[in-house]
Amino acid sequence: MMIPGLIILAVFAYYPLYGLVIAFEDYSVAKGFHSPWVGLENFRYIFSMPGFVRTIPNTLFIAICKIVLGVAVPVAFALLLNEIGNGFVKRTFQTLVYLPNFLSWVIIAGVFIDILATDGVVNRILGRIGFAPVSFLGNPEVFPFTMIVTDVWKGFGFGTVVYLAALSGIDPGLYEAAMIDGAGRLSQVRYITMPCLKSIIVLMAFLSLGNIFNAGFDQIYNLYNSAVYETGDIIDTYVFRIGIEQAQYSAATAVGLIKSVISGLLLVTAYSLAYKFADYRVF
Amino acid sequence: MKIKTGLSRKIFLCINYTFLGVTALLCLLPFVHLLALSFSGSVPVAAGSVGLWPRDFTFASYQFALKSPYFFRTMGNSFVRVVLGAGLNLLLMLLMAYPLSKPREKLLGRNIYMGICVFTMIFSGGLIPNYMVINQLGLMDTIWALVLPGALPVYNMVILMNFFRGLPPELEDAALIDGANEWCVLWRIIVPVSKPGIATVLLFCIVGHWNSWFDGIIYMNKMIHYPLQSYLQKMIMDMETMMRASGGDYVLLLSMMNARTGRAAQLFLGALPMLIVYPFLQKYFTKGLVLGSVKG
Repeated sequence: MMIPGLIILAVFAYYPLYGLVIAFEDYSVAKGFHSPWVGLENFRYIFSMPGFVRTIPNTLFIAICKIVLGVAVPVAFALLLNEIGNGFVKRTFQTLVYLPNFLSWVIIAGVFIDILATDGVVNRILGRIGFAPVSFLGNPEVFPFTMIVTDVWKGFGFGTVVYLAALSGIDPGLYEAAMIDGAGRLSQVRYITMPCLKSIIVLMAFLSLGNIFNAGFDQIYNLYNSAVYETGDIIDTYVFRIGIEQAQYSAATAVGLIKSVISGLLLVTAYSLAYKFADYRVF
Repeated sequence: MKIKTGLSRKIFLCINYTFLGVTALLCLLPFVHLLALSFSGSVPVAAGSVGLWPRDFTFASYQFALKSPYFFRTMGNSFVRVVLGAGLNLLLMLLMAYPLSKPREKLLGRNIYMGICVFTMIFSGGLIPNYMVINQLGLMDTIWALVLPGALPVYNMVILMNFFRGLPPELEDAALIDGANEWCVLWRIIVPVSKPGIATVLLFCIVGHWNSWFDGIIYMNKMIHYPLQSYLQKMIMDMETMMRASGGDYVLLLSMMNARTGRAAQLFLGALPMLIVYPFLQKYFTKGLVLGSVKG
């Protein structure tokens, strides 16, 4: 019964792993995976390129900010949304914030390219209240923050839904008991809601550890340009450029291999931490 | 729970409603603006006077988009991809999740098979080796390049497996005693009672296939083979060239639109199917999240 699935994995997941050998070879199309062996030469080559080295801090900065805000914003939003008693309003808000999740970064990026342009609608509003136009997508100092904010914007609806589900699972009896003991709204949030949410927050944070080298290829590839490479170029976009556009297959594979190994190890660590502290086990 | 509604509580609720309302609108307004742009004429758009309502109302941008030789072709490709891809996903997930949902004692080597699946989630060959494998197999420029590599979505399979595990084991035992074999149990017992779980993972797959664009760009050489999202991606990058290349009998249309309105129209058409279905899909997604967190 499992044979078809295992075949697919063998061909499309395990066979490419064998292809990683070209990271240690001087790849030529004619010889394929059996090109001349050069050892660690490709790794020395990529670390000698300033274009690659700067992608590491860029990736880490963007990814870490996204992870932190990607947990904090939905938790805060879910807590506020949970205070709304009117079910219809609550559902409407929830549906609206969930909307950007269902669209691809291609479409979202198309929208942002338009509204964040120097003559776009956001800058027109800023201009009307007296600010100079900001080049959100063209200024290297602003670009990483644009990426972080737009990513949180696209993703927080999803997190909100997760946390709302967790909130609705809290036993109302706890709140009643607290109220009888004279706890106000804020102390209820602090002493009941937060401890109940703690395990799922810890869990979501651990699970996103594996993404520390994923700053979001889909988003950045669709929004960046050569003017912001200095701060906005990330490992994945760099691999794409040298690999597919410049056909430096061996160097691109070497970068991919390093990234895959480090994030793989992080992911394994994250899951074992999640198992240990949040008692979460997927498999 | 209404015991006291003090003044401070009222103020809080007031601010809260406003804040949440504004945030919710911030998620919607960009799309309203997009819609307004797409129906506007080129002059007010260039002058930057279009807000949430179209100016110089015209269908020119939509006529241009719909006349493009690529728009319907690529949308068709996307539909084929979703049907074929999600269908295959579902089949392979069921075939994999059902055996894996059994305890170790019943399926010899269950944890090894599980490990084989999970390993692929953690380590991957990466962009270049995957590209070379597709190339070697001669799948370039065929729909199979978009459908086969991800034919077994491991993450969704695990969600489904956890759902199967939550079913009472008596269901299966009773059928086995009555002489049903494992295939029969899967199709006649497990699948019918697992409809909510199946719907959830199937929707994840459908949305995933509909929204992917990157594989189309790297595995397809001819634009006519692109799925819609890949075409939109190229179009965003290069609307001006596309407009110039079209020329000829488009002159009249081109005089009433510009690259921005044209882009807006195509983006809106591309977003439309999801905008229509997502409010209905939303509840399954929410359910799926709860399913996914079932502990093993």
